[in-house]
Amino acid sequence: MVATAWTKPSFEQEITNEMYLTGTRGLNCCIQCATCTAACPAVEYMDMGPRKLIGLIKAGLRDEVLESNTFWVCASCFACSTHCPKGIKPSELMYVLKRYSMWKNRFRKDLVGPDFSRLFVRTIAKTGKSYEPGYAPAFIFEGGLGGLLREMQWGMKLLAKGRLALIPARIKRLKNFRQMLSRVIPLEGIA
Amino acid sequence: MKKRFAYYPGCSLETTAASYHVSAVETAAALGVEFVEVEDWNCCGATSYSGIDDLLAHTLCARNLAIAEREGLDVVAPCSACFKNLHSANQHLKDEPDLAEHINFALEADDLRYSGTGHVQHLIHLFVGEVGLDAIKARVKHPLKGLKVAPYYGCMLVRPRRHDEWDKPDVRFFEDLLRAIGADPVEFAFRMRCCGASLVATNRKAALGLIRDILHNARQSGAEVISTTCPLCQLNLEAYQDAVNREFGTDYHIPVVYFTQLMGVAFGISSKKLGFGGEFVPATPVLACAAREAAAAKASHGPKVTTK
Repeated sequence: MVATAWTKPSFEQEITNEMYLTGTRGLNCCIQCATCTAACPAVEYMDMGPRKLIGLIKAGLRDEVLESNTFWVCASCFACSTHCPKGIKPSELMYVLKRYSMWKNRFRKDLVGPDFSRLFVRTIAKTGKSYEPGYAPAFIFEGGLGGLLREMQWGMKLLAKGRLALIPARIKRLKNFRQMLSRVIPLEGIA
Repeated sequence: MKKRFAYYPGCSLETTAASYHVSAVETAAALGVEFVEVEDWNCCGATSYSGIDDLLAHTLCARNLAIAEREGLDVVAPCSACFKNLHSANQHLKDEPDLAEHINFALEADDLRYSGTGHVQHLIHLFVGEVGLDAIKARVKHPLKGLKVAPYYGCMLVRPRRHDEWDKPDVRFFEDLLRAIGADPVEFAFRMRCCGASLVATNRKAALGLIRDILHNARQSGAEVISTTCPLCQLNLEAYQDAVNREFGTDYHIPVVYFTQLMGVAFGISSKKLGFGGEFVPATPVLACAAREAAAAKASHGPKVTTK
């Protein structure tokens, strides 16, 4: 038997591998009908809609895909996945691409999403609960000084209305909780 | 109907959605449902977790499911995102014994084990499905007559599809519930349209656009108030109205209240006990309607008392 030469998986194969892992059909099933793009409420804020993004992945245009903001603008409303006639879940593809771009550390530096996701996971791993004000550093400086002041004003209003905690909540059995997490993911480098 | 449930409030109900928490507890008690808070519960993972690690997301939910199972109770979650995460993790753990075994190894660290006997539902499922509309109607003291409400389902109550009776695209259980308490649900095309969720932090421009679309459609539909089943939807649609108005030069001023607050008002529970007062947009139409009904009830009872 002749051994076939070892070839690296294509970008589409890498992404499709991840998609099957999360329980959705792969991109090879896509017929480019654009139902996903039509169903997406956030498409006007994306560099390109999901149909085009899938087309670029299939064409192997890795850099163009990773440079786009599309998967970071996805709000996970699952409208595309509900409507895809081929049973692909584009919303899962968006999660796959978020994950992939963070692994490879290849995302546009002007995006808030990656920092926000990291801060979120770090907060949960540290306290067991989510704490909204803790994520502010990811985005608070985005709107310049005016934005910062408005953001703080808004926070004060929330506080005055009893809708903000000054001290992050913590679960009681935090030590066990962290041990539990460390059994499924390496906690080093996260929290 | 079961009477006791494991209540999983979720992180938002401790802070930004405190009014959802108190009104959920009050209305449940009024309907004879007992809530036992899931002991030492942890965050469900919201939407960011599966962006990083699926297994971690399932493990976080599994801990809460295992604690509820230890008490022999089914889980009720008032937050749509918590509901979606707990429900989907539960399904995965039930369908994939090897995954369950793997996660049980992690749960051992907290002396827990999940054997997959639990059931997860959203609070609105519990009220409409188990308590039932008749029991709710029977409890109404001051029907919210003429109050035009936009029933906002949002995303995660109905998507991704679980293919059960609650997530067909044409469901009307929220409208039915509103009618049961005497309110007038408006025909609201964007009832299942996305509020932007965490985009409000990660992409403000997109989030404000999505919020504006929903506010616009609610106003077009003739709604005086929007009602939600999710703390993040409520926060986005209500507390960012000022920001929307600044960004687009609009003048939206639409109160956004939890369905439990509307139920509580109709049940005659005091507005303070239902968490009113923490709004960015005062819930004036709701409270005025309740006051009107209370006054009418008093007036019609009044003469009877004096003639006795």
